[in-house]
Amino acid sequence: MRRRLIGSIPVLLIVVMGTFLLMEMAPGDAVDAYLVSLGGGDAGLAAQLRQSYGLDQSAFSRLLFYLGSLARFDLGWSLAFDRPILGLIAERLPNTLWLMGTATALAFMLGSALGVVAGARPGSLTDRLLSIGSLALYATPSFWLGLVLILIFAVDLRWFPTAGIETVASGKVGMARVFDVAWHLVLPVASLGFIYLALFLRMMRSGMAEVWRLDFVLAARARGISRLRLVLRHVARNALLPLVTMLGLQAATMLGGSVVVESVFAVPGFGRLAHEAVAARDAPLLTGIIVVSAVMVIAVNLLVDIAYGFLDPRVGRGEEVS
Amino acid sequence: MRAFALRLMRSPEGMAGLILLILLAAMALCAPLVYPGDPMAIAGRPMLAPFSDPAFPLGTDRLGRNVVAGLMHGARASLLVGISAALMALIAGSIVGTVAGFAGGLVEDILMRIVDAFQVVPGFLLALAFVSVTGASLPVVVVAIALGAWTGPARLVRAEVLSIRERDFVAAARTMGMHPAEIAFREILPNALPPVLALASVIVASAVLIEAALSFLGLGDPNIVTWGSMIAEGRNLLRSAPYLSIAPGLGLVATVLGVYLFGEGVAEALARRRGRA
Repeated sequence: MRRRLIGSIPVLLIVVMGTFLLMEMAPGDAVDAYLVSLGGGDAGLAAQLRQSYGLDQSAFSRLLFYLGSLARFDLGWSLAFDRPILGLIAERLPNTLWLMGTATALAFMLGSALGVVAGARPGSLTDRLLSIGSLALYATPSFWLGLVLILIFAVDLRWFPTAGIETVASGKVGMARVFDVAWHLVLPVASLGFIYLALFLRMMRSGMAEVWRLDFVLAARARGISRLRLVLRHVARNALLPLVTMLGLQAATMLGGSVVVESVFAVPGFGRLAHEAVAARDAPLLTGIIVVSAVMVIAVNLLVDIAYGFLDPRVGRGEEVS
Repeated sequence: MRAFALRLMRSPEGMAGLILLILLAAMALCAPLVYPGDPMAIAGRPMLAPFSDPAFPLGTDRLGRNVVAGLMHGARASLLVGISAALMALIAGSIVGTVAGFAGGLVEDILMRIVDAFQVVPGFLLALAFVSVTGASLPVVVVAIALGAWTGPARLVRAEVLSIRERDFVAAARTMGMHPAEIAFREILPNALPPVLALASVIVASAVLIEAALSFLGLGDPNIVTWGSMIAEGRNLLRSAPYLSIAPGLGLVATVLGVYLFGEGVAEALARRRGRA
């Protein structure tokens, strides 16, 4: 575990340097963007601003400076929002974590449960229907699914709100506010999570189809174990492990998906912040967002590794010894 | 080859996918013939409902543009971007994976750390950043999508190369005095490719979805009709004219579904051959 932690430092360094280089490729710099937002300015003002932001230095010395401030957990200053980037991200991140956490939990639980139903009798009608349904869901773009859900459940049926994270100026506190936020998150969670639900369903199903062919299943059958126990304890349990690995692999994709879903539902989260940074041409903010998302993906993968150790005793003991 | 086609035809998924893809490709290829000229040009009265005017089977949008023309031209953009981004990712990934697996040592370490770095950054964020820095055009979108997709093939090819490079025919090529680069790319890479090609359908599908999401956010090529931009346009009229955003979305679902089904059919046909041999 410690080796993985140390191993992720060079990876993070490459991410920071790569992002920094990418932003250097952009025509114009932050001062240009700022002057445009002001409606213009003379060359003297531009030079003065460049000096105060350190933009008159070489790219290399600015990269060193950026790495130095990163080591002190300082992500710099957002030009579009005119405030420290770290605070901005810290303010937006919880909404996205709620969104992603709920979507992941829902997708994992429902997906693996339905996958067990489908994989219990491979080739049956239920299996065929679930396979086709999950494939169609898997092929649906999340932003479009979001629009369709808005159309059905917010415009036609009026069950859920169309956008936002909570009722504006509702004055709700405590549990009432928690319910309000949860109410607003139902449709975004569904449109972000359904694709992964389909993915987990398909993985569980194909994993179980493979386990059914193994000898120990035949042995268990010969011992006269009940069908339910065979499906749950022997087949499904062995097919579950790859899903946990997939959980870590999908963390990055889901973070990307939240950009679009948060934009559709106007959820003031981390993903929407990325879209706003792009729209405002705020390079430091975009760099900060990419670095923070890389840290998050690394953290999720470490957590998945730890969870794997608990679920699969063979891995767990090996880790303890080394 | 013929035997393979026969096996593919026996898989219902594969056939369904193939038919879907042929229909979509026909749509894309016929677009300039059926609707020559710019699909973004105003063609008639705005906001015509579908099935009301035979000249505009699916009606017109807010500006009076023909929806069917947009759908057909949009199929071109989706398929073109999806296939070229996947090709680019497969080629780049194969080269990096072969070099890393064959060279070993420090070269492998550095290349694989770079692969790791690309994998921890969400592909969509990377594409977003790349497009915003270089300005949106079709080739830029293709590169932006490939940037987030080449790491999967790279890892897979490296793993394959690691197992193949110890085989006897590689040792034979060495004793023949073949150049290492020739061994890597002419002897090892072709043998490492089959499992990577199985990944191709997933990459094409996700490339189509990422392209759609980028143009939905207004970061696609502004001079080309794409399904994503049509959905974004239609979104403003979601209450009064929902079909404007639903129709291009169905196109996306059909495309991605076709790619998946076809990929599954091919994988099944390949597995059946291996099972028989």
